[in-house]
Amino acid sequence: MIDFILLFFLVVCAIAAIRMKDLLSAIMLLSAYSLIMAVVWTRLNAVDVAFTEASVGAGITTVLLIAALSRTQRGEEDGKGSEGGKQKPADRMTKSEIQKAHIITRHSIISLIIVLITGAVLVYGTIDMPNYGDPNAPVNLHVAPRYIKGSYEESGVINMVTAILANYRGYDTLGETTVIFTSGICVILLLRKKIV
Amino acid sequence: MMKEHIIIGFISRLLIPFIQLYALYVIAHGDLGPGGGFQGGVIFAASIVLYAIVFGMDEGRKRFSQKLSDILSPIGVFIYGGIGLLCILAGGAYLQYGKLPLGSLKLASHLGIYGIEIGVGITVAAVMMTIFFETARRKND
Amino acid sequence: MIELIIGKYNFWIYITLMMIGFYAMIVKGNLIKKIVGMNIFQTAVILFYISMGKVKDGTAPIIWEKAVVYDNPIPHVLMLTAIVVSVGTTAVALALVTRIYKEYGTMEEDAILDIERRQAEELRKKGSE
Repeated sequence: MIDFILLFFLVVCAIAAIRMKDLLSAIMLLSAYSLIMAVVWTRLNAVDVAFTEASVGAGITTVLLIAALSRTQRGEEDGKGSEGGKQKPADRMTKSEIQKAHIITRHSIISLIIVLITGAVLVYGTIDMPNYGDPNAPVNLHVAPRYIKGSYEESGVINMVTAILANYRGYDTLGETTVIFTSGICVILLLRKKIV
Repeated sequence: MMKEHIIIGFISRLLIPFIQLYALYVIAHGDLGPGGGFQGGVIFAASIVLYAIVFGMDEGRKRFSQKLSDILSPIGVFIYGGIGLLCILAGGAYLQYGKLPLGSLKLASHLGIYGIEIGVGITVAAVMMTIFFETARRKND
Repeated sequence: MIELIIGKYNFWIYITLMMIGFYAMIVKGNLIKKIVGMNIFQTAVILFYISMGKVKDGTAPIIWEKAVVYDNPIPHVLMLTAIVVSVGTTAVALALVTRIYKEYGTMEEDAILDIERRQAEELRKKGSE
């Protein structure tokens, strides 16, 4: 019963976050969405993933979005900037021109039809999947019993997720650490004024 | 101007050491419960972000300087790769902790996993700190 | 037919969330709205994968002496990597948006495309003189 209420809140938060015109409110709704998602994952017994999402999604992503918002403008569809950049004011579009271009070049109806077709194809794909919670599904029979049985004897740690992350799938974690490091380098190259 | 920040400044100054202690606890107990390198690193970076928001960007950048975060970011990846190379020198495959000369198979694996989590935690904390300080606005921009 | 719906209705709710994020990414014109839609899409996909690993009456994948059946820990491991990669992607996307705002002075995609088109026309006119 509580799962239904949480999923309903998720859908409401997602729809509200993309319909807001004020960007700060949209970011706050995204942060609430991340927190409710972490609670849903705790209900599904995924405690490590919920911990990561609560600290990363509802913490760092919100702060980064607000920090980027402080350097740009706060409203949507305004067209007015505080810095001139390289453009003269005559080059910038007025509000009505932006709205007209929005309708003409956005093709909202065609995008809606494409989104509905993608959703229908995905639903058609889930008809062949095993039922929710099936203990005989192929995903639970292949290599998972070996990991579950051998995680204490071969690694000496109690948390199975850490044992798989660091011992059985150690290369993936090395690649992931390199990806974080690369994203740090990209941000330095894009935004720093003087690279010594 | 600083009068309205007295309460927030006081509470933050009390809380920041505890947040950092909690981050170290999460990294160290990653194998007994939920947690591990990533979560602890992100919580440590969150404490530094709190310090910078409450006491000003320049004050935060003076305390955690650019050189510090630039040097710490690759050290974590270096520790991770270095433990793998140590396993090759001890006679096994890359990242095979069982062959390290530290005792039984279980103990060597356990200590290898500890070393890896510490490396991952250092890199994640330094990179999150770098990204925040580069993205937020400073006064002369 | 009723069995089909009872066994799989929660997958359909997750697909609805994915399509909401996808719609935001392609229809909205503001660049930060697109990044918000990308985050919604990513977390909905991660929710889909984790729900595939749940076993009926299973407990969390930490060894416990009173447990009979454990949940499948493999999707949790893969999705841990996915969350951290999504944070890296969001950070680089926000850095790009900041630079775009400094160059063009606006954050609407239509206005940026229009400015680019006018600049290209001016260059072509200057090149043909």
